[in-house]
Amino acid sequence: MRQYLLAGLAVLAACLISPDRSSAQDAAIQPILQDHQALIVKSSRKTIAPVIEAVASSGLPQAQTVLEVWAAKNMWQRKEDGLFFIGERIDSKTYALIDFDSGEAVGEFVKKDLKQIKPNSGIRALIGTALVQFQLSDPNTEARRAALLSIERDPEASLLAPLRASIEGEPNAELKAQKQRLERLLTIGYDTNEAARLTAISDMSGDLGVDVRATLNPLLTTTREVALGAVPNGVNVAQVLQPGQDDFDVITAYNLLVDKGLAPALHTADDVRLALGEHIDGGSVGGVPVAQLNTEPARLKAYAALAEAGAVPAYVGDNAINTPLETHVFFEAYVEPSQVVTDAAAQALKDIELKVGLNQTLDLTLDALSLASIYFLAAIGLAITFGVMGVINMAHGEFIMMGAYTGYVVQQLIPDHTVSIIVAIPTAFAVTFAAGVAMERLVIRWLQARPLETLLATFGISIALQQLAKNIFGTQARPLTAPGWLDGAWAMNDVVSISYIRIAIFILALIFLGVFLYIMKRTRLGLETRAVTQNPRMAASMGINPDKVNMLTFGLGSGIAGIAGVAIGLFAKVTSELGSDYIVQSFMTVVVGGVGNIWGTLAGAAMIGFLQKGIEWMNPSNTLAAQTYMIIFIIIFIQFRPRGIIALKGRAAGD
Amino acid sequence: MKRSFIAKNPSVLIFLAILALFTLLITVMSEGFGVGGISTSFIKTLGKTLCLCLIALAMDVIWGYTGILSLGHFAFFGLGGYMIGMWLMYERTRLIVVDSLAQAEIPPTDGEVIDAIGNQIFGVVGSSDFPLIWAFADSLMIQLMLVVLVPGLLALVFGWLAFRSRVTGVYLSILTQAMTLALALYLFQNDSGLRGNNGLSGLQNLPGVTASQDHVSLWFFWASAAALGGGYVLCAWLVSGKFGSVLRAIRDNEARVRFLGYSVEMYKLVIFTLTACIAAIAGALYYPQAGIINPAEIAPIASIYLAVWVAIGGRGRLYGAVIGAAFVSLLSTWFTGGQAPDINLGFYTIKWVDWWLVLLGLSFVLVTLFAPKGIGGLIDIFTDRRAAKEAKQ
Repeated sequence: MRQYLLAGLAVLAACLISPDRSSAQDAAIQPILQDHQALIVKSSRKTIAPVIEAVASSGLPQAQTVLEVWAAKNMWQRKEDGLFFIGERIDSKTYALIDFDSGEAVGEFVKKDLKQIKPNSGIRALIGTALVQFQLSDPNTEARRAALLSIERDPEASLLAPLRASIEGEPNAELKAQKQRLERLLTIGYDTNEAARLTAISDMSGDLGVDVRATLNPLLTTTREVALGAVPNGVNVAQVLQPGQDDFDVITAYNLLVDKGLAPALHTADDVRLALGEHIDGGSVGGVPVAQLNTEPARLKAYAALAEAGAVPAYVGDNAINTPLETHVFFEAYVEPSQVVTDAAAQALKDIELKVGLNQTLDLTLDALSLASIYFLAAIGLAITFGVMGVINMAHGEFIMMGAYTGYVVQQLIPDHTVSIIVAIPTAFAVTFAAGVAMERLVIRWLQARPLETLLATFGISIALQQLAKNIFGTQARPLTAPGWLDGAWAMNDVVSISYIRIAIFILALIFLGVFLYIMKRTRLGLETRAVTQNPRMAASMGINPDKVNMLTFGLGSGIAGIAGVAIGLFAKVTSELGSDYIVQSFMTVVVGGVGNIWGTLAGAAMIGFLQKGIEWMNPSNTLAAQTYMIIFIIIFIQFRPRGIIALKGRAAGD
Repeated sequence: MKRSFIAKNPSVLIFLAILALFTLLITVMSEGFGVGGISTSFIKTLGKTLCLCLIALAMDVIWGYTGILSLGHFAFFGLGGYMIGMWLMYERTRLIVVDSLAQAEIPPTDGEVIDAIGNQIFGVVGSSDFPLIWAFADSLMIQLMLVVLVPGLLALVFGWLAFRSRVTGVYLSILTQAMTLALALYLFQNDSGLRGNNGLSGLQNLPGVTASQDHVSLWFFWASAAALGGGYVLCAWLVSGKFGSVLRAIRDNEARVRFLGYSVEMYKLVIFTLTACIAAIAGALYYPQAGIINPAEIAPIASIYLAVWVAIGGRGRLYGAVIGAAFVSLLSTWFTGGQAPDINLGFYTIKWVDWWLVLLGLSFVLVTLFAPKGIGGLIDIFTDRRAAKEAKQ
């Protein structure tokens, strides 16, 4: 400990005087190397430590160079006088030597007059550790950052002292904070002083960083131990185990005894069978005919007979378990010997877990919100065609797909991602608007009073469009790349984060909601649409052309699906099945929310999004199950509110 | 005036006669029992087509006659297949395991046999224990009953929930679609107990039967033909009596039937469950001929194709459903099997494997728009003309 402190001080000193390199030339490092000449040449991991220590703590500015050169296998010894130099290769036979202290070339030498010092990987690791203290005080900020990262990646007891020493001289505020944090974590893990560790633990408790938990958790690692009679002294016991309780059943307990060599192994059914197979004697084993050995009791009987004859060891079965279990005590012991520390760590972890839990709820809410906005985007076009016009459009999903592929094609033509997305959104709207209008004119108009047939006809279109997309774009997924400024995620802390794309989609969903409300409530088209929805004949007699209104409304719904397609394509793979992945969920959203009401669609999307995330949270490994349970829930939900969350009442409800 | 069943349904006799003739013809032309000329794989295709015709019949009764567009009947079809598949797979694996364990020096215990079967069946999903739902897999009789009971119960519960809350029209269609999607997603999980997306395989081998596939395929073909014939008679009987009249009345005006005092929900529930059972039997005959069943089979798209067949064949008439299913599914096999000749347009070659679905989708739109009666409409034109001629004389 003291040594390290001294070393740290030395480093500090070294870095303080480093700008003034010329004056340091007075003190030479060569003598130090010469003192340890034999050990350096011997190059053994076991004996090298004092040498590295001596060089590192020499306080000389050359020390870092020496260590670096040494680790890089560029240190050469001149055979005639045993001095060490930096060797620079001129050609395969000739090397130029440079003096460590003066930094000047001493001349060119033939290779056979020199000896290369080749430290093995173990020694290089030791040198690396010693070098960290120099890197931590390196004038280059990036080098210091890299050193911190490397400590973070594999912390070690020996790094604590140099780290501490480097904090004070750190000019960069951000790095200083990082160093202080790392120092606290290393203190928890490696300090020899218990009080210091406890302070560090209490300093860090309540911190949400993953690194804190990664430091605290190993402190609480336990191993299952067993002892004869009572728990031995000096063991930091986490829990005394009763065989047969909780997840510690008798078999586990007995196997622990077997592992520790305190009891003979149990004979499994396989062991018995193999043993019997080895002792078949003239068609029978231990007096039992082989043909009768097809039940467990018969086999045991034969085995017992064999054991009596001394052919096999005595049978150890379930009946042998209890006796040794009674005489032994089982417990879980912490690897960490100090009980105060483990208690403090457990308490700190508990505090952290609570905070993590709260933050996870927040994170889950954000996730659910983003999923809800995706469903809302996918369903809003449907809410118009299905909800307002009462037309089931099974090809809605294919319009989403069409929008996504439009985005892909635009991106092929315009390489700049930002511009291409800006172009793609209106293009996708135009393409799907045109497709929607065409479909309304050619098919849906003729099936107005027959909703089931509309469903089937639009489904035919959906099959055809999907296959068409497959024929044109192939079956493999096409990329629709988001612009660079949407990459990455907005991270509040180590627990709560949300990607920018999802935020963008959320905002897009809000914009859509606003636009939809504006069109429906504030424009002529919206007024006419509502009129035609309520009573087409009355509307027609007021001078509204219902055909035109239906066409435009359908086009609008399809166009919005196209824009949603671009948005969905940004984070999902663009394939011909993109739309069909969303179609059932979209219908669910509209139906659950309540047909004919945009707020209902919003409520439906929110409910489905939150529900799905909630179920996924309960069973995170299984998104398939989450979808299954969600659909079942929706089927049951429809029982209680057949007209959705927000049901239209009175005349607007139609039938 | 009370007329006999046959007099009310002249198509039944014609249908049965054609079916019998067809079965005879195929048997004579088969490799197993006849002169050869039709390959075994094609007999399997025909046998599967007969099963599809049977489920199309069920679809026609529920949609064409009752007006409930169920987009979930393939779920029942698939469940029926799973139920019989469990026995087929269990029994076949058991025979193989017993065979291989017989080589061992010490005869195996019952526990060892079951463990080995579990390992064989569930090894692919990283498990070896039998889930609870396999409890009866060793008994053919119980599994045969489950073929009808499990899908029937699902239909009963689902139908009760849906009809009770008066979910009708397109809402019901979407709800049934959600049901089959939920079931498919559930079965896709590895821990569903039915081997996840691996499904059940090797179903074409009848355990304990040493006959070649040439013969087995014909047995199944006969069974499918018999089931189709029986199903046709049953459906014709159902829709031609008073029960059938109520069903049609529900289709045409549900509210009015309710006001007349009929329990509409009950009728719907009965017919929904009954058609689900017919679909399940069709599935139980289909999958041993297909050899493999996996959750992809009951994805929502399958049920929609079913509606397509019935619509193209002509709904509201039983023979229309059969014609539609046979016509479209065989055509589909022909086009997607790569047997159809490609059309070279000079600048582009139309490969039917790629373009068949586009053609199917568009022709489906055209049928819906211009020929709502489907292929069956053609037969109408013919019979109407004859009836008109008779009337003149």
